Amino acid sequence: MRTVLSTDITNAVRDMCIEAAHFLSDDMKSALVNAKENEESELGKKILGQLKENLDIASSEMIPICQDTGMAVFFVEVGQDVHVEGGSLSDAINEGVRKGYEEGYLRKSVVGDPLLRENTKDNTPAVIHYDIVPGDSIKLTIAPKGFGSENMSRIFMLKPAEGIEGVKNAVVRAVSDAGPNACPPMVVGVGIGGTFEKCAEIAKKALTRPVNEHSKLEHIAKLETEILEMINNTGIGPAGLGGRITALAVNIETYPTHIAGLPVAVNICCHVNRHSTRVI
Amino acid sequence: MDIHISAPLKEEEIKKLHAGDMVYISGTVYTARDAAHKRMEEALDSNKELPFDVRNNMIYYLGPSPARPSCVIGSAGPTTSSRMDKYTPRLLSMGLKGMIGKGKRSAEVKKAVVENKAVYFAAIGGAGALLSKAIVSSEVIAYEDLGTEAVRKLEVRDLPAIVVIDPEGNDLYETAVDAYKK
Repeated sequence: MRTVLSTDITNAVRDMCIEAAHFLSDDMKSALVNAKENEESELGKKILGQLKENLDIASSEMIPICQDTGMAVFFVEVGQDVHVEGGSLSDAINEGVRKGYEEGYLRKSVVGDPLLRENTKDNTPAVIHYDIVPGDSIKLTIAPKGFGSENMSRIFMLKPAEGIEGVKNAVVRAVSDAGPNACPPMVVGVGIGGTFEKCAEIAKKALTRPVNEHSKLEHIAKLETEILEMINNTGIGPAGLGGRITALAVNIETYPTHIAGLPVAVNICCHVNRHSTRVI
Repeated sequence: MDIHISAPLKEEEIKKLHAGDMVYISGTVYTARDAAHKRMEEALDSNKELPFDVRNNMIYYLGPSPARPSCVIGSAGPTTSSRMDKYTPRLLSMGLKGMIGKGKRSAEVKKAVVENKAVYFAAIGGAGALLSKAIVSSEVIAYEDLGTEAVRKLEVRDLPAIVVIDPEGNDLYETAVDAYKK
């Protein structure tokens, strides 16, 4: 049994919150540069140039890429041979969020009760998804999520008979409905299979996969390519002001499902697709 | 076409704007988003004054991130405008002339924009670091307890935006997308 101190987790989470708000991963940066080259609309090209400039200012001057620094979502893989000392793992993560959002000058965007709507003033609580895995380490992935795009996400409980065509139409419908509200060019996370909640969770997890990597399943990789082409034919374009590049990538994750169902979740992310991973 | 306009807005300047124009806004604008709009509506319902006179003024749908010690403001891009649709026609009827946000507006808002000869601009969503550079001063003038959602008076210099809904009712989100649809 390996012992990990809760303060080490808190400090890592604090740093990851600040890092994710100011620096996009290299795959995302390259995707934006490539998008500018492939965009047909002059206004679209100009907007994509401004988004690249925005990234440069954010990283060099430590101004968050977007003012919506999101609700802090975590995917945590906990090795079953790890013992956390000094408090609960969830408390350690939330304390890291509290410190990161305060010390990093990040926006506090969380209300404690969804109907009473009083801001918690420290961006807690985080949304934490746990997975117990073999080993003696803890892998933390943060994916802070802004709500301009989160609000445009959808779940479709399709019939098995609707098949691949049904899945394609559902994703394109969600993206078309989102239009300019979701700050395109988007990254589209899709979960297919599982149950109502499982497909939503894997759709979100799909957003943490690099945008230049396809699914390892051949038929799913093909589906990712086909749906991306359909999305880029909608004409929505950068900022929704018309153009060829509406999405940078479609990432699909799948899970076994029930004989009677074909759940599809579409978790839309804007071009500020932030995520960062650390192993402790 | 690039156009420089000043805020508060002048009627003759608004008349010249067309959906698709790139504009650079300089002058005074006020921030308000979800919670501030709700409070302003409640103030109007109980015959109280608004935090600022909306006549000829412009609202920027913005909740900035906190400013670092040496800075005027933090990241400062637009939020999704449609959440304010419920409150907007009333403010337009009172003389509000412009809104800066992102995303589609309701049919009711579009109608009110035309009726009141106003204009709706989009700023580039997710470009908050870049847009913050156009803000030269920021002062909380109301609802400080709302934190990021407080009403701020901003002085802006050459804030880049695009005319989406013009006083004639043209909507760039509809026309521009059709041009690239396959």
